[in-house]
Amino acid sequence: MRLIVSLIAGGLFGAGLFLSGMTDTTKVQGWLDVFGNWDPTLAFVMGGAILPMAVAWQLTRGRRPLVGGEFPAPPRHEIGHRLIVGSVLFGMGWGLAGLCPGPSIASLSYGGIAGLIFLGAMGAGMLAAPTVGQSLDRIAAPA
Amino acid sequence: MEHDWIMGLLGGGLIGLGGAVYLLGNGRIMGASGIIGGLVDGSGRSTATERLVFLAGLVGVPTILYLATGMTKETHLTPNWAVVIAAGLLVGIGTRVANGCTSGHGVCGISRFSLRGMVATVFYILAGGITLTLMRHVLGVI
Repeated sequence: MRLIVSLIAGGLFGAGLFLSGMTDTTKVQGWLDVFGNWDPTLAFVMGGAILPMAVAWQLTRGRRPLVGGEFPAPPRHEIGHRLIVGSVLFGMGWGLAGLCPGPSIASLSYGGIAGLIFLGAMGAGMLAAPTVGQSLDRIAAPA
Repeated sequence: MEHDWIMGLLGGGLIGLGGAVYLLGNGRIMGASGIIGGLVDGSGRSTATERLVFLAGLVGVPTILYLATGMTKETHLTPNWAVVIAAGLLVGIGTRVANGCTSGHGVCGISRFSLRGMVATVFYILAGGITLTLMRHVLGVI
């Protein structure tokens, strides 16, 4: 049952990314290109996605997941160096190529060789992340 | 194009619906970088099958739509491999260090008024905008 839920969720995510044009890097970079030919589509995609998600979070109150297990713990509040530096690094890569993790996977069948190279590099980056995180912790730790 | 925002809203709604199904069904936050990262570094070994099935849906449905609709789909990803590799590395490192990306921090975080999700989203959009502006309009690399 968990697998069916996962398949449906992944499929809806993929359909949404495909139809909204978010696997097209020109649309994502267009949103970031405030000083060029600005494209507001991404804001509509985010807004359209946040609405049903907000309803879903409300529905978690006093309930349990349909298939079992527990809902995630309430969000943490600490804003640490990992969150900030990590998000800045991610944003730099996102701006460079116009791809984030979801669309990079969703476009696997039509993204060509460059898409595969991106995926390989992203995987390598994910493997390197714990080391980078520890280096950041050392820099951020009070001397 | 003038209808892009309608497709954006519609597609966004489907993304949010996917996140809602994943949350209400499995009790999990639909974050692409977390689902992929747990497979890449082995930290998600105990839930590897559901992660793989999620990714199968994420790849499969766009493939079916692509083949069935005949919609011309291109990612328009830059052919400059150095840029692609640098971007991939930055996205991989950044999303795992920050523990989330556009789907986890952005869609799932903001919708529960998570301060961390909102702060992350502000920083990756700012960093993305500055990087794109520098590389495109100042240095002319992309």
